[in-house]
Amino acid sequence: MNTEGFNFPWLLKMAWRDSRKNRSRLFLFISSIILGIAALVAIYSLGDNLRQNIDDQAATLIGADLALSGNKAVEGKVKDLVDSLGVERSEERSFASMILFPKGGGNRLAQVKALEGNFPYYGELETIPVTAGKTFRNKKEALVDQTLMLQYQAKVGDSIKIGEVTFAIAGILQKAPGQTGLTSTVAPSVYIPMRYLNQTGLMQKGSRIAYRYYIKYAPKTNVESLVKNLEKRFEAADLDYRTVQSQKEDTGRSFKDLTRFLALVGFVALLLGCIGVASAIHIYIKEKINLIAILRCLGVKASQAFLIYLIQIVGIGIIGSVLGAILGTAIQQFLPVVIKDFLPFTLTTDVSWLAIGQGLAIGTLISILFSLPPLLSIRKVSPLNVLRASGESATIERDPVTWLLYALIVLFIFGFSFLQMRTWIEALVFTVSILGAFLVLFAMASLLMWLTRKFFPTSWSYLWRQGLANLYRPNNQTAILIVSIGLGTALICTLLFTQGILLTRVNLSTSGNQPNIVLFDIQSNQKEAVLALAKEQHVPVNQSVSIVNMRLEEVNGRGPSDFKKDTTDEQSARIFGREYRVTFRDSITSSEKITKGKWEGIYKNDGSLIPISLEQGFADRSRVKLGDTMVFNVQGTMMSTVVASLREVNWGEVQTNFLVVFPKGVLEEAPQFHVMLTHVPNPEASAKFQQSIVRQFPNISIIDLALVLRVLDDIFNKIGFVIRFMAGFSILTGIIVLIASVLISKYQRLQESVLLRTLGASRKQIFTITALEYFFLGSLASLTGIILAVAGSWSLAKFSFEAEFKPEIWPVAVVFFFVSLLTVLIGLINSRGILSKPPLEVLRQDV
Amino acid sequence: METILNLNQVGKIYQSGSRSLTVLDNINFSIDTGSTLAIVGPSGSGKTTLLGLCAGLDRASSGLVELHGTKLNGLSEDQLAAVRNQYIGFIFQNFQLMPTLTALENVMVPLELRGERNIKPRALDLLDKVGLAERSHHYPTQLSGGEQQRVSLARAFSNKPKILFADEPTGNLDAETSEKVVKLLFDLNKEAGTTLVVVTHDLDLAAKTQRIIRIKGGKIISDAPTGLQVSAL
Repeated sequence: MNTEGFNFPWLLKMAWRDSRKNRSRLFLFISSIILGIAALVAIYSLGDNLRQNIDDQAATLIGADLALSGNKAVEGKVKDLVDSLGVERSEERSFASMILFPKGGGNRLAQVKALEGNFPYYGELETIPVTAGKTFRNKKEALVDQTLMLQYQAKVGDSIKIGEVTFAIAGILQKAPGQTGLTSTVAPSVYIPMRYLNQTGLMQKGSRIAYRYYIKYAPKTNVESLVKNLEKRFEAADLDYRTVQSQKEDTGRSFKDLTRFLALVGFVALLLGCIGVASAIHIYIKEKINLIAILRCLGVKASQAFLIYLIQIVGIGIIGSVLGAILGTAIQQFLPVVIKDFLPFTLTTDVSWLAIGQGLAIGTLISILFSLPPLLSIRKVSPLNVLRASGESATIERDPVTWLLYALIVLFIFGFSFLQMRTWIEALVFTVSILGAFLVLFAMASLLMWLTRKFFPTSWSYLWRQGLANLYRPNNQTAILIVSIGLGTALICTLLFTQGILLTRVNLSTSGNQPNIVLFDIQSNQKEAVLALAKEQHVPVNQSVSIVNMRLEEVNGRGPSDFKKDTTDEQSARIFGREYRVTFRDSITSSEKITKGKWEGIYKNDGSLIPISLEQGFADRSRVKLGDTMVFNVQGTMMSTVVASLREVNWGEVQTNFLVVFPKGVLEEAPQFHVMLTHVPNPEASAKFQQSIVRQFPNISIIDLALVLRVLDDIFNKIGFVIRFMAGFSILTGIIVLIASVLISKYQRLQESVLLRTLGASRKQIFTITALEYFFLGSLASLTGIILAVAGSWSLAKFSFEAEFKPEIWPVAVVFFFVSLLTVLIGLINSRGILSKPPLEVLRQDV
Repeated sequence: METILNLNQVGKIYQSGSRSLTVLDNINFSIDTGSTLAIVGPSGSGKTTLLGLCAGLDRASSGLVELHGTKLNGLSEDQLAAVRNQYIGFIFQNFQLMPTLTALENVMVPLELRGERNIKPRALDLLDKVGLAERSHHYPTQLSGGEQQRVSLARAFSNKPKILFADEPTGNLDAETSEKVVKLLFDLNKEAGTTLVVVTHDLDLAAKTQRIIRIKGGKIISDAPTGLQVSAL
């Protein structure tokens, strides 16, 4: 006798035999997790390929072994230091400037890069013609970004005017190290040889120029350790540095965030699928109770019976995961098309075995984990069930271990989200939100059943009563359908709402008489002439602001070196490395509100500390408080200040907003430039005004907000597409879970529908009952989902985007009707099978 | 003669909230190895409950059930399962074949559970004896009621049980099919020398056994050899 052991081969055989007649159903159960796994494998593969590509192409991202950057030209000892580095060096000076295409008269703000040396040492400036990337350096020629060339329909050989100099266009710039499709749209680059830079006349005092030095080392040099030794000297000279390794880490980090976010979206799809699996297995096992009882009579141990079905679940879990992994790997081939504009490197897609392994492991684990609560009940099936009268329905006892499993499931969700988010708080918020949504939907389902039973409309016609009663009668699918449909709807609506919130913010900025042109880098001696030009062309100047550049030297008597020594103050040390653009005025603007302290608009010049105002968020991030003292360096003059007030700034409005504001009476004589905000009524007037400014004042830069908004819109669309693509998995999973749930309920409703037909109910009557039941379910589920989405989006709007939230009615109404109708439709299609066959045939099939 | 089943002061009480319902009370009897016995009584008299207790499908609330020298009271669920597999065969009113297994596989399961090898010829032989060799690969849904009960017979005898419990074996069959199934049951039983316990309210079927126990209201009201019972009727 072999009943002492598990007799595993026999268990396998039984699992296989028992599955034969249920395979299509088992596949249906597991199909709900296929898409979730596919989403995860696609995202993990993408992450894996990104990492691999970044590793392979890191050197071409930076174009050299070491890049140093600062906001002033290196001189003296620092220059000697830079000149002593590596075996070859290049210098680049870049700044924003208007460029003019004399042929068509078009002008636009571009990033001008004056280059000296043979940069890039790794990768190349990809141009058409190919040789242009090398030849332009020796002539009065420029490389112009392809977006600019396209916009102004320029050709190679045409000319381009930058400041006072006209260059011939040597080639179209397609790709430069570190440049993405997006950066070339926002700030297209123009390369010119360094030796013509002075002639352009754009190197005036106050111009914001970035200086970069690219250094190539001999092969096999350990650049990292060399740089480590020089770190202090670079810092002393205010030079930032990047190495291939640091560039690799930085780039990797940003894309890791993206893939983590997308993996979470995929995980939601998987969770949704798991709910479907759990509910399907629950019904499946309920139907198997009699068979299990027979097995128990024949001498099968409870644990063996449990294992037979566990083996089936593991089997379909693996099959589902394999199918998901194949689908995910296929989808992954298309993801680069979606995100290529965000990438500074070429993305190649290889099959990622690591991602496939992760997908298989998660899929199998999660299908087992979610099937275990219903499977556990097998252990409680008594052999006595076989002696029961056939009409008596068997019941399953709830196992206390089930609660332990629920805890494990919650732990798994938390653990998974923690792995994606890496912070306890965010993982907790995610887990609680998901659980909260489940609970709310489950509570709604229970409430619906309770209300229907309690206030049952006995006066309604039979068909309505029957359809309504199906919601709470035994074997109803109310809870699972409301949870799965509701969650799917909540996801779709949250995406719609979020997109709406973001777009409303952008549109607000562009409506009415809000400024749509920003002029900056206006020198003090040009200010009056620009104002006169604006008046002449009837362009109103909404705002004119003076800006003084300065650097921070001390906070509360401590300099950057003091902060760096104190590792706990890492955040604060960063406030020293940057240049501050500061304005001075005697009042606050409409987009500002004093939150702490007192606004002081005039400095009495009595030798006391200068009272300044800081933006609230900046103060928080920098850990600077009211009353702290700060010393600023304004072109060599030290200014001792005290934080007199903190301001809340609405950055959403088109205004010149500042982190630091000085009072009047201090900076009037300091070197400064000016920014003006204007509103031009139409594109023609805008083009005319911009052209006049560029011709008369080549150093003045113009930002055309209409153009910026178009770019933003493009970015939103692209990001939106990525998110919609991923959310699509959840939505599709929701539909599959819906189909599976409805199909399962078909088995549940089979006897009853057949009986009704036997008693003479027409097809139409049974259809009506079914349609009504699914309409009640679909409409309540989608309504609850929408309410959840409104609550979620409202909190997102309030706490995350700090924007007003006004949900649009029409798209929501469309979602409501679509989901309700889809539920009814799937319910009806599934019932069709039963109704088209004679009752006896159906009865005999379901022994 | 050796005793295979012995019940001593067996009682079964179902608890329903604060109320308790006595289904069986002070049941005492024993069965000799190889004998045949019928338990008869009206619906609700407790005969199926009694069968469940005898076959180790349920536990007695009081008293002692001893099967083939093993006291069932103290055994765990898994130990009971082992006892069923080793010593007991079952035939049920509603056949209780596993719908996802073919006729042959249904017959093979008890043998496979014992870890026996080369069992297919034996299972086929049994199916042949019940006249279903040709239908061995059919699923229960493809068989008539009588055919399903014959498969159930083959399954019951497959593990050469010491004792066979039949719960209303003809309850779901017509008269003609019932007769054939009963003949088959007794023939196979005689050939195997198995102890047979039949629970029924069909007195004709009961009359085919050697001894009849009559129960009513959870109590034994008579226990006598069949000849005496029949003459007493």
